[in-house]
Amino acid sequence: MRYDVIVIGGGPAGMAAALAADKAGAKTLILERDTRLGGILNQCIHQGFGLHYFKEEMTGPEYAHRFKQLVEKSSVEVMLESMVLSIGDDLTLTALSPSHGLMKLEAGAIVLAMGCRERTAGAIMLPGTRPAGIYTAGMAQKLSNVMGYLVGKEVVILGSGDIGLIMARRMTSEGAHVKLVLELMPFSSGLKRNIVQCLDDYDIPIKYSHTITKVEGSPRLTGLRYAPVDEFRRPILEKEEYISCDTLLLSVGLIPENDLLSGTSVLLDRVTGGAVVDENRMTTVQGVFSCGNVLHVHDLVDNVSNEAEIAGRAAAEFALCAQKEKEYFGVKATNGIRYALPQRISGGEGKITLFFRVDAVYKNRKLVVLSGDKVIKSRKFAVLAPGEMGSVEIDRALVDGELTVRLDDENA
Amino acid sequence: MRTLDTICIMCPLGCPLRVTEKDGKVCVEGNTCARGAKYGAEEFTYPKRTVTTLVKEKSGGVCSVKTSSSVPKDRIKDVLFEASKLCVTDAKIGDVILQNVLGLGVDFVVTGTSRD
Ligand SMILES: Cc1cc2nc3c(=O)[nH]c(=O)nc-3n(C[C@H](O)[C@H](O)[C@H](O)COP(=O)(O)OP(=O)(O)OC[C@H]3O[C@@H](n4cnc5c(N)ncnc54)[C@H](O)[C@@H]3O)c2cc1C
Ligand code: SF4
Repeated sequence: MRYDVIVIGGGPAGMAAALAADKAGAKTLILERDTRLGGILNQCIHQGFGLHYFKEEMTGPEYAHRFKQLVEKSSVEVMLESMVLSIGDDLTLTALSPSHGLMKLEAGAIVLAMGCRERTAGAIMLPGTRPAGIYTAGMAQKLSNVMGYLVGKEVVILGSGDIGLIMARRMTSEGAHVKLVLELMPFSSGLKRNIVQCLDDYDIPIKYSHTITKVEGSPRLTGLRYAPVDEFRRPILEKEEYISCDTLLLSVGLIPENDLLSGTSVLLDRVTGGAVVDENRMTTVQGVFSCGNVLHVHDLVDNVSNEAEIAGRAAAEFALCAQKEKEYFGVKATNGIRYALPQRISGGEGKITLFFRVDAVYKNRKLVVLSGDKVIKSRKFAVLAPGEMGSVEIDRALVDGELTVRLDDENA
Repeated sequence: MRTLDTICIMCPLGCPLRVTEKDGKVCVEGNTCARGAKYGAEEFTYPKRTVTTLVKEKSGGVCSVKTSSSVPKDRIKDVLFEASKLCVTDAKIGDVILQNVLGLGVDFVVTGTSRD
């Protein structure tokens, strides 16, 4: 079977990419391993989606529903319960589904839109035993919001990412007692709004610069030891305390799900965990594009949809038109900037939006973009936090050398 | 005198706000701009939230619902309790499954089901 564009993953990124490719005239297929489209949005029943993209605030399932309807009306083909097992540099794929068995597919271009998975107890080397009652926050969210199970009654949450904060409110609403949130860093990686509306509204305490020192209980979790950490994030054991609980939720970060790339020569960025891409979101393998959470972790689905449209449109163009080899300039992030994306861009006309994340909380700083040693953009920010992705627009015509993105003092 | 300490959520700056009432007048401190003053005063006098939660389905599953607009913060618990009493069949996105919840002028609207 051959398609112009094959999109792997049917979350918000996959749907938006497929719709853009379809609109550009490409014969497009979405392969989704779940029984329905929508990805992570299906379990995010809280408000807070679509304010930028649809100019209207809605819940996750509603946002997904809008896109599902657009996909239905388009000529995009969708195969559900279809898990992609491997892809190759030659743009071939193998996938497995109960209705089609093992499939071999060929594509004119591939769009990666597989999203993220959560870091687990093993991934953070959580000390102590491994009793029942430890869940990643997203897993608890799915069990609650999709399947209707409450995973516990006395809850502690490790990590103050948005999923953890949202789940603190959700579990409280369903009658559980959320006793404490522990955060390793001196600040939350979640949105202010979620701190106020998910914790403060329900008088749930949060302790910053604290971590778990021991998990106790067998076969079910009975309690945790926790302690403050020093400036090197080492626990201060003399100050260890105990809290009883039957459930621990982990909200300790997301990892782009890029396992499929092991059989390809797609270059990965060690900071984002996603592919190295150009302004069209094309990876270092010609014809393979990446967008959404599999490229870098997004906090706003609206940005996911916008980014996926860029990738989908470019994938269609790659599949349908002959391409010229491009010359690229690298984009380097330093001095307070954790990463900038795209990681390489080619010269040309028009504007490009550079997305970036900072490595700590900064106040009154100036973001500077240099081409070679010439400043081509500078913008002041009153505040920058790691939990919120920033962006600046640059003029492509000004790019004539390697780019550097960095933070300077406001008056520098 | 009642005091409220909170953070402004209107922009990423997150100014710490202290809201108090002096001689019947609401006074906001700590804000950097006018949006913060408005937010602080609202949070002090009449805090409101949109409530999202789950409702049982007869088939054994759950569907997600939201209130059609925001409700007073101190009524969230009561609103959640009303939702817990409901049981629906064949709900679809957009269906209103309960009108004028507790006389607050808001409806429960279905936002998603496990079938969509
Ligand atoms: C708990 C939580 C709360 C959030 N809150 C907000 C919010 O309030 N506002 C907001 O704007 N954003 C929010 N976000 C962020 C936003 O929802 C995500 O950034 C967005 O959904 C990511 O979309 P995606 O399509 O990249 O990934 P996903 O939605 O994860 O979709 C990836 C899809 O790919 C499929 N897939 C993976 N591997 C394969 C394979 N090998 N073969 C076939 N299919 C595969 C998966 O099954 C899945 O359906 C939240 C996210 C979470 C997790
Ligand atoms: S008061 Fe103004 S500047 Fe401060 S957080 Fe609120 S909106 Fe932002």
